[in-house]
Amino acid sequence: MSTLHTVNKSPFATQSLLSCINHVKDGDAILLIEDGVYGAAAGTGVSDAVAGKAGSVKFYVLGPDLEARGIPATRLLEGVEVVDYAGFVGLAVEHDRAQAWL
Amino acid sequence: MMEEGVKKFLYVNRKAPYGTIYALEALEVVLIGAAFDQDVSLAFLDDGVFQLTRDQNTDGVGVKNFSPTFRALGDYDVNKLYVERESLEERGLTADDLQEIVYEDEDDDWAEKPSIRIISRAEMADLMHDQDVILSF
Amino acid sequence: MSYEVNGQTVEHDEEGYITNLSDWSEDLAKVIAEQEGIEMTDEHWAVVNFLRDYYEEYQIAPAVRVLIKAIKKQMGPEIGNNKHMYELFPYGPAKQACKIAGLPKPTGCV
Repeated sequence: MSTLHTVNKSPFATQSLLSCINHVKDGDAILLIEDGVYGAAAGTGVSDAVAGKAGSVKFYVLGPDLEARGIPATRLLEGVEVVDYAGFVGLAVEHDRAQAWL
Repeated sequence: MMEEGVKKFLYVNRKAPYGTIYALEALEVVLIGAAFDQDVSLAFLDDGVFQLTRDQNTDGVGVKNFSPTFRALGDYDVNKLYVERESLEERGLTADDLQEIVYEDEDDDWAEKPSIRIISRAEMADLMHDQDVILSF
Repeated sequence: MSYEVNGQTVEHDEEGYITNLSDWSEDLAKVIAEQEGIEMTDEHWAVVNFLRDYYEEYQIAPAVRVLIKAIKKQMGPEIGNNKHMYELFPYGPAKQACKIAGLPKPTGCV
């Protein structure tokens, strides 16, 4: 039993990403979408929090939202996987439930 | 044993009551959804804990004070309101700062019991993991 | 759209629910009831007063099942049952009684 968590707010504007990280269970997945994708970049104030959780939880980021914001794949934290919309659907199917962190 | 077809629904509240419409919308969905006789719990974490504080008075800001409506939830068989202790502490609050919310226990001669249960962050994570459906606000 | 009561004009919406809850009076309730084809009895007043008290305390009009459960507790099962409530308020105990009680249409009332 696992959960797909989505985060759609910038981690520099709200606590949503950090709160999500504090409530996930091992084996869950976190998908960053919309302004949430800013949380996937290396060298930011939240990078350590994301990297620290990446061992027990899989991080994904939505490609089109990254591209829209001009964030190149080279800037992403190690271990964060880019998915397209079909990948988003696949993640939703793979997990038992979805939880949005608004 | 749960009846067949009954699912565990968790409404997650993470927003303060009046700055956005989320909190009021969540409460309305809970009230309407109560007609479907599911196993309903409410979670209050992050700024969501502000929804349950005592002594709210919106007279001066021209919006409806919906905090009394939480006290009606027991009538709708919604009597599990989980509040995260860490979220309270981070905001300088304790359980005493929250309004009293009770329900009448049908199986215990209609004894009044508290609906609010203070739980740790780890217990909140377990609660979320234990649901069939999670509705976020 | 408005009701006329004791020389006063009280605005209401297209379904007959009054616009300002503070405009309500017992005389207004009688006027609304008459337009709904209802003659107010003690039982009608008990329901209307219960609704007003409930709204005052919780800021919502109760769902029908909540109303019936409470009336049953207060006045007994002879009155507090679905059938009798619909005899008192043929167009729906919550919907019609709320209108007479001067409350908004109940949440989740379709």
